[in-house]
Parts: sequence; structure tokens; C-alpha cells
Amino acid sequence: MTDETAVLSPSAVGPERPTAEGAGRSRPGQVWRSRRYRWDLRFSPYAFVAPFFLFFAAFGLFPLLYTGWAALHQVELTDPDSMTWVGLKNFTRLWDDEFFWNALRNTVTIGLLSTVPQLAIALGLAHLLNYKLRGSAFFRVAVLTPYATSVAAATLVFVLLFGRDYGMVNWALSAVGFEAVDWQNGTFASQLAVSTIVIWRWTGYNALIYLAAMQAVPGELYESAALDGASRWQQFLHVTVPSLRPTIFFTIVVSTIGATQLFGEPLLFNGGAGATGGSDHQFQTLGLYLYEQGWVNLHLGRASAIAWAMFLILLLIAGAARLLRGRKDSR
Amino acid sequence: MGAAALLLAGCAQDPAESPGKGASADGKGKTTLTVGVFGAFGLQEAGLYDEYMAQNPTIRIEQTSIERNENYYPQLLTHLGTGSGLADIQAVEVNNIAEITATQADKLVDLGKAPGVDKAAYLPWKWAQGTAKGGATVGLGTDIGPQGICYRKDLFEAAGLPSDREAVGALWAGDWNKYLETGKAYKAKAGEGKSFVDSSSGVMAAVTGSSAQRYYDESGKVVYKTNPAVRGAFDLAASFATEGLSAKLQQFTPGWDQGFSNGSFATVSCPAWMLGYIQDKAGPAGKDKWDVAQAPKPSNWGGSFLVVPKAGKHAEEAAKLAAWLTAPAQQAKLFEKRGSFPSASAAYKLATVSGAKHEYFGGAPIGEIFAKAAQGVPVTVVGPKDLVIAQNLADIGMLQVDQKGRTPQEGWDAAVKAIDNALDQ
Repeated sequence: MTDETAVLSPSAVGPERPTAEGAGRSRPGQVWRSRRYRWDLRFSPYAFVAPFFLFFAAFGLFPLLYTGWAALHQVELTDPDSMTWVGLKNFTRLWDDEFFWNALRNTVTIGLLSTVPQLAIALGLAHLLNYKLRGSAFFRVAVLTPYATSVAAATLVFVLLFGRDYGMVNWALSAVGFEAVDWQNGTFASQLAVSTIVIWRWTGYNALIYLAAMQAVPGELYESAALDGASRWQQFLHVTVPSLRPTIFFTIVVSTIGATQLFGEPLLFNGGAGATGGSDHQFQTLGLYLYEQGWVNLHLGRASAIAWAMFLILLLIAGAARLLRGRKDSR
Repeated sequence: MGAAALLLAGCAQDPAESPGKGASADGKGKTTLTVGVFGAFGLQEAGLYDEYMAQNPTIRIEQTSIERNENYYPQLLTHLGTGSGLADIQAVEVNNIAEITATQADKLVDLGKAPGVDKAAYLPWKWAQGTAKGGATVGLGTDIGPQGICYRKDLFEAAGLPSDREAVGALWAGDWNKYLETGKAYKAKAGEGKSFVDSSSGVMAAVTGSSAQRYYDESGKVVYKTNPAVRGAFDLAASFATEGLSAKLQQFTPGWDQGFSNGSFATVSCPAWMLGYIQDKAGPAGKDKWDVAQAPKPSNWGGSFLVVPKAGKHAEEAAKLAAWLTAPAQQAKLFEKRGSFPSASAAYKLATVSGAKHEYFGGAPIGEIFAKAAQGVPVTVVGPKDLVIAQNLADIGMLQVDQKGRTPQEGWDAAVKAIDNALDQ
């Protein structure tokens, strides 16, 4: 607001002055011009941001609302036009749906298994990248390449690595005397394997975000910390991490959203069966269960209800995070 | 916004086409027909499009392919629902055909009346599967999947079993239980680490494929829970796992592919279309090691149909093309080039089919073997949710028994629970 008035005042004053001298003759035209100018200032920004919101309304808001509407109906993909009103039945049945709870549980455990190590490694990587390095640009690009790889390509490679009979991971394990692990079938093993793919893909991305924030930390802080005799590690703990707190919070929020919607990695990890997430649904995430209901079993109404449940869960998490952060800031 | 709309419109336009001549005709006034398929369907690979275009200079054929049917089929349904985005001809997998004839028949052209279509040329059961309740034949059969058993000659010999395909077929002729017994005999001599079959679910698919009634009865009721044929197939297949005869692999996964090249198992249920797959995966090193014998009972696994959506711009031309692509002569060519077995019984008399031998499988007379199986396959009752039921029985129930070591009863219960959840709307 202050910016706007700052811009407004000199230019609004400018044309005002000559009119005061030649009063009566050119006044209406100038009033019109200045009014148009004010409108321009007031409304043009909205016009500039409008495309995003129009596209969002068409491709984001409308599907969201339509999904909500479909969730209240029984509707099949074989005939999407005929909808039968069932009220909240699609939601209430989720309460007794053991597959839904199983998927929710898996989503949480895979989310934790992937997000926590991912952000910790990213922080460490960013700290290393922040040193003066020869060819630092190369390392910064290299760290981002997994993110640029397609999920499908990456997952296919990981499926081979985690193969039961001829996989490289099991080969390495047996080389050091451990027993081979059935990565697809074990509950914990499969979730760990899926998490590994997520960690591999997203660590570099988060590292670069941390790196950007680290470079904004004033150098004097480190200098004075060094003068006080703080080691590198103490500097990291007591200068870097506190300065990065808002950034860390941001990455946690973004990673949590990503983890809640996890889909591609578990889908492709189970190359043969698609959306079941393993024979015991051991790594079926909410995203996969939604896909199975909608695109394998063709129940669009039920799938929509799951989609909305996921949306509500995210809102809950966001609310909880806000509360937590609010409390921390007031302390 | 206006610029964005222009951009979007620009994307939809084929830059090669001159504007104003209509979306479907190119500069020379040709009619472009599109064919939508899943996977490596074979029509293009066998050169059938080129041949048709050479015979019909005014027609241009373009194919779009989606790798997996699980992705292809839902998209086909949404496109049929909106009447847009459809190819002029669309492929449909056999497990989906009942749902298509039951729910989408009014959106599809009745191909039974299309010029050049001869009902008598097709296997009666295949024709019936593509026909809706109202009598319109909306799907023309392309291939079917009559089964044999592919086996490793060298591994059979090492285990003291006969390796000649006649003698091998005789080991289990007429009874799937004899297949299990052969497996036990194999295991006794082959020793540790050698499996008889690739997976229990492969056995289950083969056994269920030999019964007329599976998951639905004639009135369209779901009966898989009480049908002894389904439970029998499940239990028989499960005993391959409990007896330790299975390599515990999941079909169509990288591990399974590697099993072919590493010789992890001695036999695999082998629909005609599987021969090419084995050849690809086992590679040159497997040549003359693999052979194919008659299955215990005639059985069918897989196969496809072509349908023509009414919403297409050139429905009439498309129907003509679909009729030509599925005519006996073309099905025989598809078999010759790609190994997809014809669903038109008239093709079995053609020398390219009846005399076909497979080089890779020790010159096995595959035309003879599969034609015999195809003619013995019972008229199968297909239901709209066959795919969902079969998939959950295999990927949940049987996989739990095979890979997780659960009991057959536990596996069955888990599958039933998943199917109940899937079928309940």
C-alpha cells in the first residue's frame, strides 16, 4: 500500500499543476486522463495476474469442485454422465474401509521414511556445496540431475537394483554376508525401497533451496562465531540452522504435500500388478488407492471421495503446522 | 488470455496440414484413418497398414499406441463417454470386451453388417464375445490365446524326463493334475534351486482358461466364489507353490524376464502370443533349448477385438478397414509375422497357419498345436468385471501364496476381500 501511494503521488501531482493555471478550458479531458491513469494503476495488476487465476479456475478449481460433487454420487467411468445421488455414503464408507486405512498408514510411514532422511541429507549437502569448491557450478547442477530424471526411468532402474533374484542391492548384501531381502514383498523392506527412490529424486532439489538460503546468511555471523572459537560443526548448528529455519519449514511443508500425494514411485515399483501396491497392499499409498478405485475398478464417485479425503488431510496438516509455527514464533 | 487460446489452438493443429482443408484430409485429398491400440499390437509391425494403403490409395492409416492396457482402457472409456479424442478404430482386450458390449454398444458401429465381414469365418465363441445383447456385433476378433506348455528340453533331460514334444504332452494329457505330478517328479530329480513353473498365477490363468464358466454365470451373476472351477484352479495352482515347484516370480515383471534368460524354471503356460515374448527375453542363447508341447486341456488366455466408434468422422471407411484387418487372410499374416493366433477359424486351413513351424522352438509345428487347442476351447462366459476378478485372484491371492508363503486359504480370503471391495459400487 505504501509503495502504491509513493508511486501515485508525484505523477498525480504532476498534471495537477498546469490545470490550476489554465483553469476552465482543458479540465474535463485532463480529469478523464488522470482518472484513467488511476484506474490503470489500480486495475492493471489484476489484469496481469488474471491469466493464472483464470487457468487455475479452469484446470484447478473446477476439477476440485467437480470432484467434490462427484464424491457425493455413485458414478462409474463406464458411464460418467449418469450420476446417482448417494450423499455422504462414499465418505462414511471410508471409515470402515480397511484398504483406505492401510493406504493412509503406508502413506504416513513412507512419507516419514523418505522426508526425514531426505531433508537431513539435503541440509548436509547444501552445507558442503556452500564451501569454496573448484567447479562448484558442476556440483550444483549434478546434484539436481536426479530431480530432472523422469520418475518412470528412475523407478525402472531401482526396480532392477532391488530385484529379489538378480538385483544389485541383494548381490551387495550377500557379498558382505547378509541374507538376500525380498524387497517387493516385505512390508518394511518394500516401503524402504520406495522411500529410497523418493530420497534419491528429491534430495538435490531441496539441497539447492537450502544452499540459496545459506548464501543469504551474513558472513559476519560466521566471522564472529569463528572469533569466539566455534568449530565448523558448531557454526553449522548455531548459525546456519537457526538462520535457515523459515526455509526448513518451507521444505517440510512442500515435502509433506509431495509425500501425501506419492504415486509414481510405488505404482512403477510394482511393475506387474499396477495399483495394488504389492500382493498385501504393503506399499499402496493413498494416491495409488485413489487410482485403483477410479481407473482400475472404474468407481469415479469413490475415487473422488478419496481425493477429497486426501485434500482434507492436507488441510489438517497445514493447519497443524501453522499452529505449531505460531506457537514457536510467539515464544 | 487470447494469446494463450491461440497457442492452445496452434498446438492442436498439425503443422503439416494446410489450413482450411479439414482436419482429416491431407493435401492430396486422402482420408486419414486412425487406429488406437495398446502395446505392440502387431498390425503395423506385420505390415498390414502398408498393404491396405497400397491397395487403397485414397486411405492413409495412422496408429497411436499406449503401452499398457491398464492405461489404455480407462482412456478409451472416457473418450467414448465424451465422444471425442477417439481413433477411428480402437482395440479392446478380451477381458474388457464384456464391459464394452454391455455398456458401450450404442456408441459403436455394428460391424456384423459391415461389408466384407463373414460370420462363418470366425470361431463361434469369439464372435459371441464381441456381440452385444441386442444382437449388434460391435467387436471383431483379431487374435486369441490358445495355450500350450513351453518347456526347457535341456532341463527336462537333466531331470530324466522325456524331452520330445509328443512324449512331453503325453505326460500330462487330459488332466491338469498330471501337470502337477510331472512337476513333483521333476523336482525329485532336478534338485534344489530348480523350479518347475515360473509362477503359480501362470498356472491358474491356464487352468481357468480351460473352463466354460469362470467368474460369471450365463445370467450375468458373479459366481466366482462358489464356482468349483475357479476354486479348483486356485487350489491346484497354489499347490505348485506349497510343493515348492514355483520360481515365485510375478509375470510381466523384470525379475520374470530375467528368469527366462537365466533358466530359473523349466515350464511356463504358453498362449500363442507368449512365444515371441520368450524369444525376446531368453535371447539367442535360449534357441533350441525351448520347445512347446500340447497343454493338458485346451485353454485360452487373452486375445483382442477391434471396435469402430460411431463418433468417428469416417465410421464407414473405418468399418471397411476393420473388416479387412480381421479377415482370415490378414489374421494369417499376423500369425506368420507376429505369432498372434487367428480367431478366424477359416485361417487355420491356410498353409501359412496349418504348416507353421517355429524356428526358435526347435521347429515346433505351432500351427497344428495351437489350432488343435483353439478348436477345443469351450465357449467361455465372459462378464464385465472379468479383468478385475482375475487380476485380484492373481496379484493378491495367488501372489500371497507364492511369494509371501501364506496358506492357500489365506490367499483366497485376501483376494475375495479385495474383489468384494472392487466390485461393490
